Amino acid sequence: MTVSPPQQPEASASLVKPTTARSYRIWLYIGVLLVALSTTRVFTGADDITSAGTLRAAMIAAIPIALAGLGGLWSERAGVVNIGLEGMMILGTLGAGYFTYHYGVWVGLMGAALFGAVGGALHALATVTFGVDHIVSGVAINIIAAGVASFLAEALFTGLPGGGPTQSPSLDRPPTVTIPGLDGFTSDLADKGWFLVSDLAALVNALTARMSLFTLVALLLIFGTGWLLWRTSFGLRLRSCGESPWAAETLGVNVYRYKFIAVTMSGVFAGMGGAYLALVASSGYQNGQTGGRGYIGLAAMIFGNWRPTGLLTGSLLFGYTDAARLRSGGESVHALLLIVGVALLAVAVWQLLRGARVMAAVGAGVGVLALLWYFSTDTIPGDFTQMTPYVTTMLVLALASQQLRMPAADGLRYRRGEAG
Amino acid sequence: MNILRRTALVLAAPVLAIVVAGLLTSIVLLTVGDSPAAFWETILSWPENRSLVNIINEASVLYLSGLAAAVGFRMNLFNIGVEGQYRVATFAAALFAAQAFLPGVLNTVATIMVAMLAGAAWAGIAAVLRVTRGVSEVISTIMLNAIAVSMVAYLLRRTGSREGQTIVTDTIPESSWVPGLPLLPDSVTEVYGLAILAVIAGVAFSVVLNRTRFGFDLRATGQSESAAVASGVNVKRMVLYSMLLSGAVAGLIGMPNLFGVSHNYGSTIQTGIGFAGIAVALLGRNHPLGIAGGALIFAYLSEQANPLGILAGISPEIIAVMQGVVVLCVVIAYEVVRRYRDRLEQRSVAEALDASGPSGSGGSPTKEVTA
Repeated sequence: MTVSPPQQPEASASLVKPTTARSYRIWLYIGVLLVALSTTRVFTGADDITSAGTLRAAMIAAIPIALAGLGGLWSERAGVVNIGLEGMMILGTLGAGYFTYHYGVWVGLMGAALFGAVGGALHALATVTFGVDHIVSGVAINIIAAGVASFLAEALFTGLPGGGPTQSPSLDRPPTVTIPGLDGFTSDLADKGWFLVSDLAALVNALTARMSLFTLVALLLIFGTGWLLWRTSFGLRLRSCGESPWAAETLGVNVYRYKFIAVTMSGVFAGMGGAYLALVASSGYQNGQTGGRGYIGLAAMIFGNWRPTGLLTGSLLFGYTDAARLRSGGESVHALLLIVGVALLAVAVWQLLRGARVMAAVGAGVGVLALLWYFSTDTIPGDFTQMTPYVTTMLVLALASQQLRMPAADGLRYRRGEAG
Repeated sequence: MNILRRTALVLAAPVLAIVVAGLLTSIVLLTVGDSPAAFWETILSWPENRSLVNIINEASVLYLSGLAAAVGFRMNLFNIGVEGQYRVATFAAALFAAQAFLPGVLNTVATIMVAMLAGAAWAGIAAVLRVTRGVSEVISTIMLNAIAVSMVAYLLRRTGSREGQTIVTDTIPESSWVPGLPLLPDSVTEVYGLAILAVIAGVAFSVVLNRTRFGFDLRATGQSESAAVASGVNVKRMVLYSMLLSGAVAGLIGMPNLFGVSHNYGSTIQTGIGFAGIAVALLGRNHPLGIAGGALIFAYLSEQANPLGILAGISPEIIAVMQGVVVLCVVIAYEVVRRYRDRLEQRSVAEALDASGPSGSGGSPTKEVTA
């Protein structure tokens, strides 16, 4: 206590240790995952599971989910459950489509953020000002947003060259960056098919070549959020609204204002996620483009234990399964079955050692099923590869939900003046 | 508060919400340069008999969907997965009915049971995950919706046969069909025979909720979980049961159309009913009669919107905006009215206390009331 820095005495002092321990663990997990994937690749010959193309596609699939999850993080850290992320994301795709067509990609990003913010402000108005149940308001916002987007799309895009009632004209893409010199070398190495080396090269290639500037912006926002919410007094106050708004109120925090800001920002990020979908992941606005990614973002955030690095990890996991199914899906997802089977068996053994017999039995049962499935078939039908991200979400939540801790006052109704 | 004032307060919220939603919709129309007058003229014109039949049919289906959602809502359980449960159940029912294990009407009855079981089973996955692993039912039911789409598509491809552009299951034997009711004479379409399911389900919902121990436990858990636990309610079991019940009701949604019109399951199955049902349940305050009103309003709007494009040159999508805005306005309006009523009650209590004079412990209750 006595040697802690003057600015934020307690918060940072108590946080330093677990953060370092956690960041070690993350690198360990990434390493284990890479070795597992590489082994599987060599064993099964499913080369696309670690190709640079797949990894790049995984990132492109992960960032919108991560941005939606970031929106969820802001909102839920301030105590407001936000299932309306899907709707705010839809508004974002529309904003991106309209503003990019007329004013270019960066204004498009701003427009998407603005449209998303409108959705967020609406959610804040309903939940914070009027005290409506959070899920109810979120569902209503999703319905409104889907309706507004398809109605306005027809009004805004019909008659434009290449546009129509359900889609915008083809739009410019945001600029990309490549670190010079690394591209050719790493992609050569990735093509060699060497154990671990080629996989690592593919990863480096995916991270350094033709990376969209929007991706950088998103990563900046995610890590910036980590700093803002956990290292500033603004963040401490915002999070206190999610943990105990009544205590925050007695300390003089204007809880309504913080919640309003947080939920509106939540819409901003979800809207940006929509912009990423419309501009980077595809080349224009389309009706129904989000396809439930707002919900997956929410799940990724829960999986990530309401933390920025966690939600990024979760998004990458979902993005990866999404990309694996898109690129030679049958073969890649089939190979992933092997990993899932082995991993579940490992979990089963671990649970058995902990004495949780039921969990061990369930894990072993599902694991054996996955392995049986793997060895009795050569590929997986398209319909099953399509469910991969969703099944992954459920599996992961079922296995991990016990270790998660959500903000204590998340989803509760708060009225001013009830403290005490 | 007298009874007149009370009914006025109950009706105030939905009426207020519909007026505000109408205003907002008009503003949206004005901003994109469409004519609100033409819009209202089309929407408010009296529907033809054919449209009336469609409205009743659509409303009965929406009503079942709304009931399914309401079972969960009543105990703060958010079954967002009605859509998936309805899909899985309808497919299972179509598959079962086509086998014709039983003759005629028995097949129909058995199929309805199968549909309820299938819906309950699909909802049960989310319930088990929630009860044993603490997974939020909101997330898991949303995921199960997506999984249902792929799974049913896969099974349909395995079991169905190609018919033109779509794949369909085998047709149900004609003896098990349920004929339509010719309620309105000069109409091409007929009211679903199984629209009666909506009525039965509505009555059953009302009885179970208000006249049984299960219903009491369910409402108690929804209103105050800690109080319910203290009075001996096993909340985990309630979560499991009400989720299964919700899924079983969701299983009914597809039945009127399956036995009345389509007679098989095809890839053209109507989507979005599950989500509309959530909206309808919210609109009707999770009350059996309220949901019926909500379902009728939604069905009316959707049906009346169809000719908008031809008659008024307005995209029918505007109706989705209006429906969503109605729902949001309604929940806000209920909240505003609730607060207003609380204040009225507080005031009348304070007046009563003041009138009874300072003899009792007058000081402290007034303080509580004003706090």
